[in-house]
Parts: sequence; C-alpha cells; structure tokens
Amino acid sequence: MNDAIISVRDLHKWYSGVHALKGVSLDFKRGEALGLVGDNGAGKSTLINILSGVHRADKGEIKVEGREVSIATPRDAMDLGIETIYQYNSMVPTMSIARNLFIGREPTRFSVLGVGILDQKKMAEESIRAIANVDLHLRSPDALVGELSGGQRQGVAIARAMHFKSKVMILDEPTNHLSVKETNKVIGFVRGLKEQGVTGVFISHNMHHVFDCCDRIVAMARGEVVLDKRVADTSIDEVHSVL
Amino acid sequence: MKRLFKTYLEKPELAGLILLVLLVVLFQVRSHGVFLNADNLRGILGILPEAGLVAIGVTILMISGEFDLSVGSVFALMPMTMAVLMVHGAPFPLALLAGLVVCAAIGFINGYVTIRFAIPSFITTLGMLFMARSLTVVVSGGFPPLLPIDLPNWLFTSFVGPGNMFRMSFLWFAAVAVLTSLMLSRTNFGNWIKATGGFLPAAASMGIPTARVKIVCFMLCSVLSGFAGMLQVLRLGSPLPSIGEGLELQAVAAAVIGGASLTGGIGTVMGGIIGTTLIRVIDNGLVLSHVDANWFKFAIGFLTIFAVVANAWMRKRAKAIKMEG
Repeated sequence: MNDAIISVRDLHKWYSGVHALKGVSLDFKRGEALGLVGDNGAGKSTLINILSGVHRADKGEIKVEGREVSIATPRDAMDLGIETIYQYNSMVPTMSIARNLFIGREPTRFSVLGVGILDQKKMAEESIRAIANVDLHLRSPDALVGELSGGQRQGVAIARAMHFKSKVMILDEPTNHLSVKETNKVIGFVRGLKEQGVTGVFISHNMHHVFDCCDRIVAMARGEVVLDKRVADTSIDEVHSVL
Repeated sequence: MKRLFKTYLEKPELAGLILLVLLVVLFQVRSHGVFLNADNLRGILGILPEAGLVAIGVTILMISGEFDLSVGSVFALMPMTMAVLMVHGAPFPLALLAGLVVCAAIGFINGYVTIRFAIPSFITTLGMLFMARSLTVVVSGGFPPLLPIDLPNWLFTSFVGPGNMFRMSFLWFAAVAVLTSLMLSRTNFGNWIKATGGFLPAAASMGIPTARVKIVCFMLCSVLSGFAGMLQVLRLGSPLPSIGEGLELQAVAAAVIGGASLTGGIGTVMGGIIGTTLIRVIDNGLVLSHVDANWFKFAIGFLTIFAVVANAWMRKRAKAIKMEG
C-alpha cells in the first residue's frame, strides 16, 4: 500500500446521465510504468482527466503519497507533481521551445501579483539542459515548436515534465499520428522514465506499444477496471479477450 | 531563403515595414519633396497617436485570439462621458478616471460575455459597437456639450520637441508602445497572451488562466481606445458623438497589415504601429501626390487583402521548407 504514489478509491463520474466511471479503485505504484488500455468510452480518458484536473470526480477519493487531495484545476495536478501529456500536443506551435517549456511556470526576476519580468537567460540555459536530459538533440531552444516533428514535440513535452520534477507522468495516446521511428522514440522516453524514478501512465490503443514499455497492464471496459496484471503474467490475447 | 522565412516568422511586421519605406520614398518623389518636410510630418505625427493607440489595443487582443469591433464607439463614448461630467462640474482628473473606468467596464463586459457564453467576440463586440455608440448620443443629449476652457492641453496635445515636431500625445503613444511591447515580449503575462491565442487547449492544460488573460486584453483594448478618443477630442476641442466611426476596421486592417494573425498567437505591437503608420502615410501621401483622395479606402482595402494573402502564403512556404529541413 505504502509504495502507491497515487491511489484512487471508488471513483465515480456521470456525464449528463451517462455513468462513465463506475467505482474505479486503482493504485499507481512509485517508479512503475503502467499501461492503461481500453476501447473508446471505456473510461480511461475520464479517469485521466480527473487525475490531471480537467474534470472533477462526482464521488470517490484520491490520495497522493498517502494524503487525500482535491484536484480542481490542471494547476493543482501540476503542483502535486502530476503532469499530463495529451494526444493533441500540449505545445503552442507559434512559440519557441524555451517559451513552451515554461508556459504558465515562467521564472521571473521579480514580480507583482504573479506578473513579472521573464528571466530569459535562465529559461534558455535550463531549457538546453532539460532537452539534453531526455536525449533530444535540437539545434536551439529558440526554434519554434511548429518546426519540430511530432515525436520531437512529445520529447519536448516529456522534457518539460521532467524539468519540473513531476512524480507521475500521464501520457495520453502519445504515439497517435506518429511514424514508426518516432513511435519508437516515444517508447524509449517512457522506458527512460523508470531510470529517473518517475511513475509513467501510458494510455494507448496499440497493445504492442503498451507491452513494449510497461511493467503492468490495467484494462478498462464500460467504466470499470476489468484486468490488472503484471506484463509478465498476461498476454495481448488475454487483454483483448476481456475488452 | 530558409533564414529569411525564419526571420519572417519571428518578425511578422517586417513585410509591412518594407512596404512603408517604399511608400514613403514613392510619395516623397511624387510630391516633389513635400511629403517629408517638417510641416507635413508634424501633421501626420499629430494624428498618428490616436489611431495608433487603438491599433495597439486591437493587435494585443488579436494576439490573444479575440477581436474587438467596438473600439470606434468606445473612442467616442469615453470623451463624451468626460465632457458630460465636466459640464456638471467634475474636475478633469475625476472625469478622466471615470471615463477610463467606463472603458474598462465595457472591455470587461465584452470579454466576460464572449467567454461565459462561448460566442464569437465578433458578435459580442458588434453588439457593443451599436450599444456604445448609442450611449454616446444618449448621454450627449443629442447636442455636443461645450468643453471647459481650462483643460490640461499642455499634458496631451501641445506641441513639443525640436521644431515643435511632436504633440504631447505622441509621447503618450510612444510610452504606451514601449510598455506594451515589453509586456508582450519580456513578461510572463505576455507569454500567456501568446500561448492563449497560439493554442488555447495547450495554454489551458498548462494551467494558464486563459479566460482572465483574454478579459484583461479586452479591457486593455477598450481603455486604450477610450484614451485615444480623449486625445482626439482635446485636439479638436469638441466632443463630437460621431468620432471614431469606421476606426474599428482601420485598426483591424492596421494589425493585419502589421503581420498579426486573425487566428491569434502571432503579431507584435510594432506591427500594429507600422500598419497604422502605413494607413496614415497613404491617406496623406495620396493627397500630396494629387491622386483623388477617394482612392484612400480602396488602397487600404487592397493592402489589407494583400497583406493577409501574402502572410498566408509566406507561412505555408515557411512550413513546407521546415518539412524538408
């Protein structure tokens, strides 16, 4: 129990009459890469949206590192160390890599009521380091994110989460619309999380991608957890059969 | 070539600036040297701050991804509010403050209604265009009130500088331009504005209070427009209820000519200023080169379409080049 970094108990969510989450209880263990699979409408995204502060659960409790928490906004989740990388890019293409890395968390030299002068030197230096740390080779932090490939963008998003010392990284369909080569790169990033002691939650439609980089598989269907096993103890066929 | 496109993406106002230089040279030649003489420049620089301040507000709002059609009406309502208050005995500073508060309130309503009901700001501010214009006429009682004679013109409209080249309004304009430019490029709030307009879902998921950012931009836009209206009234000496008509479209044209994107995220304060200057230069230059002045609106219209088409083309080209590289 104690090694759970996030544990949710009896989580319920209704969307205008639809019971999308029917009492989900789950422990996310520290340093583990967890693969969350399931069909469209199975409740994966609902669960993730609740953990990342996009939606609120109607019922149930969430504990982070043993403490009961209330996650009302994306900011709350980020402050708890839960970082989410969405299937659509969580990057602004018209802005530079350095600017994107610090969106909403810009270092300032001084500030009044939260608004202040950017510390651009610090942003440039730290973004170079953050990018190098995830083995991403980019020319300059001043390049626009719009210039990067899909895989590189996911890399920058992961670098951002790493830089802000997130404890749990939720990757929502990060391999969608990526080429095989780029997908492998993203899978490599997920494997790399373990070495850095970060818990990864990897959501995908593609079983092969999940089996490639996760330690544990959780399958959801119709708003419930229908399978929860270590990768070594299950197979793609078994997961398919319960979905 | 690749470098050129990159520079263009970082400095979208560059094309406008080049065009401005070309036009100044053209008008200088066509007007036989009258265009750049001190008297004519003084004329242009005297009017520029009024349209320029509005364009700054509209440009920043466009970068945040929204749009304001009510600026022309606010431009008239603010000085009218002040004039009516002063007729009833309010001192100038109090009237000024009240006028600015009215502008801020209109900006807030524009922003709040747009976001709360998730409707296009085009519609909200189109409604406000009519409402604020109507209010202007109503509070004036249909007859422009007389301004007191002891107004602080020395602070807003008097000529200053070498050869009395500038009006005080130009200094206000320059100060606002520098401050807003720095706000966009050097502060975290500027970063939030660009992120909100550049890709709203990403900005929201990173915890930026996007609704608040947009509302602040709406308010800034209204306040700058009202302030500009007051400058014009002080220059003219009378609060006409009809001033600023059509200004909203000129301001949008200025922002777009200066490289701002209608979809948000791209643009600079300098671009809005260059766009406004271009419009003023064309207005003035056509007359000086003995072209029928009725061609003015044609030229602005053509330039606007040309600027957007050119921008769209450049952006597409820039993207294609990046794919290869």
